[in-house]
Amino acid sequence: MNVVETRGLGKRYRSTWALRECTLAIPAGRVAALVGPNGAGKTTLLNLAVGLAAPSEGEVTVLGGRPAGSPAALDGIAFVAQDTPMYKNLSTADMLHLTRNLNRRFDQHYAEARLADLGIPLKRKAGKLSGGQQAQLALTLALARHPRLLLLDEPVAMLDPIARHDFMATVLTAMADDGVSVLLSSHVLAELERVADYLIVLSRGRVQVAGEVDDLLASHRVLTGPAAEAATCAGRRAVHLRRGEVQAHLLVRSAADDPVPVGWEAHPVGLEELVLAYLREPGASEPRELAALRKAEPSEVTK
Amino acid sequence: MGIGKEVSAADGRGAPSGRGAAASPIEFRLDAGSGVPTYLQLVQQVEHAMRLGYLKPGDQLPKVRDVVAALAINPNTVLKAYRDLEIKGLAAGRPGQGTFVQATLSQVALPELTALRRSLSGWLTAADGAGLDEDGIVALFTSALRDFYERRSGSRARGGAASGGTEGVA
Repeated sequence: MNVVETRGLGKRYRSTWALRECTLAIPAGRVAALVGPNGAGKTTLLNLAVGLAAPSEGEVTVLGGRPAGSPAALDGIAFVAQDTPMYKNLSTADMLHLTRNLNRRFDQHYAEARLADLGIPLKRKAGKLSGGQQAQLALTLALARHPRLLLLDEPVAMLDPIARHDFMATVLTAMADDGVSVLLSSHVLAELERVADYLIVLSRGRVQVAGEVDDLLASHRVLTGPAAEAATCAGRRAVHLRRGEVQAHLLVRSAADDPVPVGWEAHPVGLEELVLAYLREPGASEPRELAALRKAEPSEVTK
Repeated sequence: MGIGKEVSAADGRGAPSGRGAAASPIEFRLDAGSGVPTYLQLVQQVEHAMRLGYLKPGDQLPKVRDVVAALAINPNTVLKAYRDLEIKGLAAGRPGQGTFVQATLSQVALPELTALRRSLSGWLTAADGAGLDEDGIVALFTSALRDFYERRSGSRARGGAASGGTEGVA
């Protein structure tokens, strides 16, 4: 089953497209990470999947074909928006009470146990909680509905390292316990490798690359060798080139057992390096000649 | 009896949120800067613990949920590591219970290991005194190790398997 499926999905705000020609199939049982710079379309895609925005073109379904925003879809998903909005003047207990009454399914026992574990006082007003506690409260309210798909928009961007770790530990423990699938957006690349096993790179409203992290890492590698031969070596599989006068590093689409050109060295690529390369080279997902690679390379010696 | 607070799971009384029931002898840690994939770090730590005798056959590996909660990593990563250990024949999953160490990578017991370590650090002191730096020590040790195994496989081939392990090496 796919937890999110889109076909030719697009969203236009007035004359600008926030998302365009987006076709995805995110399988269940993963932590899928949506990465890209600000304005890449991450929040737009999440809002479309939740049903908070209507597509301008194409379609989006969740949890095996339920139209986004339909009652059947909403029943199985939970969404924590950016900055975890809450009623700041309500106490934690009141937030629980409110959420329980607004939802068909709400596990009060889970929510209370979770908050006790975290040491979040029930009488404290939501607005008086620390940033980490507010995020944990919003997450607890979402998880107490026992969703099958949890969507998180930049969940850890505002949190300190410990709060970030604890927040992700809560999300991933729910995944281990409940089997909930997760789709989150983030621009914190460094932590992605331990968390995400499915990756979607968005740039300027378009999907650059998407797939299982293991597959992506296995199908790319970095070749290091003489700069003069870079174009021949790259062929039509280059994603990104960094070159000095003499030596060049090429990120190419290539399996681990592909032969390495004579005079070149092959290295495996890390997730962060891969993501950065695709973000720097919009259009890299299409096969193209090296000449088409961006010219204004900072490390390129031009004079 | 019954004074120790964290003696294995409360007998009879079903501890509902059973936190340290049947804990594993080891804990995992992650080195984010090592460049080694997360699942492989877990595999290597289990092998290392088996080699050093911290883990013995029958011991339980940390529960997936506990690893996830402690390290904030994807449960699929832990499952992948445990599957890898199963394929290598080092561990086996028991449905509903967890994953347990099945084989042994080292016959050396902990006290012997401590003694060996002590004599090795004696040797290291001597090497340092003779003026070898760290790289020199590693190079010397590696080449001696290679010689040792080459010689041993040679004498095995001739049918003279040396018995009775402890000979003074110093």
